[in-house]
Amino acid sequence: MDTTLDGNAAAGALGDVFAFDVTMAMTTCATCGDRRPVAELRAYMDAPGIILRCASCSATQLRLVRAGDRAWLDLRGIQVLEIHGPAPAG
Amino acid sequence: MRWLVATVAETIPETARAVTLRLDVPDWPGHRAGQHVDVRLTADDGYQAQRSYSIASPPDSERLELTVERIDDGEVSPYLTTVADVGDQFELRGPVGGWFVWDAADDAPVLLVGGGSGVVPLRAMLHHHAASGSTAAMHLVQSARTLGDVIYRQELEALVGPRRALTVTLTRESPPDWGGHRGRVDAGLLAEVGWPPSAQPHCYVCGPTGFVETVADALVELGHEPRRIRTERFGPTGG
Repeated sequence: MDTTLDGNAAAGALGDVFAFDVTMAMTTCATCGDRRPVAELRAYMDAPGIILRCASCSATQLRLVRAGDRAWLDLRGIQVLEIHGPAPAG
Repeated sequence: MRWLVATVAETIPETARAVTLRLDVPDWPGHRAGQHVDVRLTADDGYQAQRSYSIASPPDSERLELTVERIDDGEVSPYLTTVADVGDQFELRGPVGGWFVWDAADDAPVLLVGGGSGVVPLRAMLHHHAASGSTAAMHLVQSARTLGDVIYRQELEALVGPRRALTVTLTRESPPDWGGHRGRVDAGLLAEVGWPPSAQPHCYVCGPTGFVETVADALVELGHEPRRIRTERFGPTGG
């Protein structure tokens, strides 16, 4: 049976640690090179914290664990995070 | 993001398993069609359970609406669908998620494909389309197991017009006089009722993971560009 969600479901929790909507950002998987937005990674929300996995090769892309006012963010599975937004002023 | 207190103003049964909750949320900042919220329930002993739900109402609606399908062994949906009543309160935060969103200023054709309660964010898009006077053509392909499982049936039929079309397919059982489609959403059905890839439609697919994978693969097989296909998945853990 399907039990996975996708990165859309993690938008609220990720919004606590990123100052922008990171679900829109484009990831490149460090393992297989697959490119897709964070919103379309596979999400496992039942772990102690949140795990996002590559939709192509299942490698862990992002882990977010929180305890009280601290958060641990492990992004080693993402080779590049491409963020689109307004160009910096100046 | 701050947690807000939502008060149930009205409950509307949609099907045997799905209920729409109309909510009063003071300080709701507004949302875009397709976004969602996190709902957090807190038990008397302090235990908290949190789930993500699509927003069912369009941006300009008077009240925030969530349509929730009951997952029997879920931690949140049984409360929202069978216990929550007018005047009850719970916490939510949002809107969140900018990916699975339709913008009324975009006039490209739009194909919406929803499986089961995956139709919820697509309902917000259809209503937004109607309210905004969008000139884009929008077509919803809705899949449900039986006629009784079709969420928003009469409401969405009433929205059909020159620029809004609706196709319903029943996958498990259908009445003998059923005039709609039968069977799962596949490349054949999408080729028959959807736009050709040359029309460059935006495609939004929402439903259980297996449904979303099948439909997205079928769209790619038909020649639609992957970057024009946006998906949102949920599973029983979404309960």
